[in-house]
Amino acid sequence: MENIIKIENLNFYYGNFLALKNINMDIYKNKITAFIGPSGCGKSTLLRTLNRMNDFIENIKVEGNIYFKGQNIYSKEVDPVELRRRIGMVFQKPNPFPKTIYENIVYGLRKNGVNKKEILDEVVERTLKAVALYDEVKDKIYKSALELSGGQQQRLCIARAIAMQPEVVLMDEPTSALDPISTLKIEELLLELKKDYTIIIVTHSMQQAARISDWTAFFLNGELIEYDTTENIFENPRDKRTEDYITGRFG
Amino acid sequence: MDITKRRKFKNRIFHVLTFLCTLFGVIILSVLLFSILSKGIKWLSLNFLTNFPSRFPKKAGIYPALLGSLWLIFLTAIISFPIGIGTALYLEEYAKESKFTDFIKLNIANLAGVPAIIYGMLGLTIFVRLLGFGRSIISGALTMSLLILPTIIISSQEALKSVPDSLKQASYALGTTKWQTITGVVLPYALPGILTGTILSISRALGEAAPLIVVGALAYVSFIPKTPFDQFTVLPIQIFNWASMPKKEFQNVAAAGIIVLLIILLGINSIAIILRNKYQIRIKD
Repeated sequence: MENIIKIENLNFYYGNFLALKNINMDIYKNKITAFIGPSGCGKSTLLRTLNRMNDFIENIKVEGNIYFKGQNIYSKEVDPVELRRRIGMVFQKPNPFPKTIYENIVYGLRKNGVNKKEILDEVVERTLKAVALYDEVKDKIYKSALELSGGQQQRLCIARAIAMQPEVVLMDEPTSALDPISTLKIEELLLELKKDYTIIIVTHSMQQAARISDWTAFFLNGELIEYDTTENIFENPRDKRTEDYITGRFG
Repeated sequence: MDITKRRKFKNRIFHVLTFLCTLFGVIILSVLLFSILSKGIKWLSLNFLTNFPSRFPKKAGIYPALLGSLWLIFLTAIISFPIGIGTALYLEEYAKESKFTDFIKLNIANLAGVPAIIYGMLGLTIFVRLLGFGRSIISGALTMSLLILPTIIISSQEALKSVPDSLKQASYALGTTKWQTITGVVLPYALPGILTGTILSISRALGEAAPLIVVGALAYVSFIPKTPFDQFTVLPIQIFNWASMPKKEFQNVAAAGIIVLLIILLGINSIAIILRNKYQIRIKD
């Protein structure tokens, strides 16, 4: 199996607080990898180290290496702006820009110098179809994205992320603010998207991890307790703590 | 039951009290407006707008003062706008949290409370004398810019602070630089708030007389200013001048001048309101 991201001896500090302790793991290409664990276990922090979104927080320190296709993303030659073009992100709460649906999707492209109308039109149609939103919104793509429902907004945010044609899409609890039906739609969508993208999803819902992910990593207090195929994690966890968590004994 | 009654009674008392407080402002404003309008409205005419000041109340006009005021707020706007927004952007978006930035922020807040006349003294020392701009419109506009910059900076900072972090993160996550995020997300979102604050500050500059008297605006002007380096007067000074004249009819001329000033002020303020309503973006939570 081909890995696309390799995390090596990663320590992460907020000030003096060690939030991630010696993390080692590989993320595999075209798979869905789920990060699970109780609140405060470091799973979102780890997700945000992968596209260097933590850089915006002051007083952080990163030790160890993260390789994206062989290159260390924390080396000086790597431009975090360029990195984020290749590793996209979808957030917990839908956060469309207060612009039209069309402008939301092409925002990243425009900022990267793509302004040809034919290309932008094509991207808007393709990505809206990819997130199964096209039929619902095709008559109002020039209307404000804020008129959409929460679930539609989140699918639009996914369309916005994949419009940049990233190689990896990071998702930070993308369905936690949505109703069950919208959640289901997004889960179906992710299974569809993994053909083209590598997806890493942080989730609080163990059922969600079990339903959609190929690999699952269980974190506790900043440590990676167990990382294995989703099947093994949920059926044969090797660590007692993993078992306790997935059976709902704590967390 | 008794407690409920008492509570309801208290509630009603405070309802009435707060209403009376509101009424107070409204009544004062109406009395002011009524006295000004009743004195000045008959004196308002096209001639009043296009005439120069005169010894004869019937011939007196505000043309030079009107032009002086327009010049002044125009120059003040183009000087203070970019500097104010630039400072606010630096403080909110670029500057890291440190004792130094805290110190700057504190000082800006303090500057906003410095009396206008002090700015006049500063303007006289620096712009009129040291830089040699003389008693010109540009000296006045620079002084006014200093006067309103703290307010512009503070209101722009507030507007920038109101931009949701989630939008900035969304922009960064798409591979944009800080500047692209500022132009793409932050400024469009904050602009109505920034404009409201800025326009209201500018209308404050329009009504100020004290610092300009210190800087050396003239009380009597018999020419129209053509360049920023010309001498000038402004509406509030002209009005003050008329109000202090012995001839009683000049009181009415002053009232007419006040009406003109009020119309411009209300005009500017309504532009601020229109801009705010037009571009205000509501984010569902």
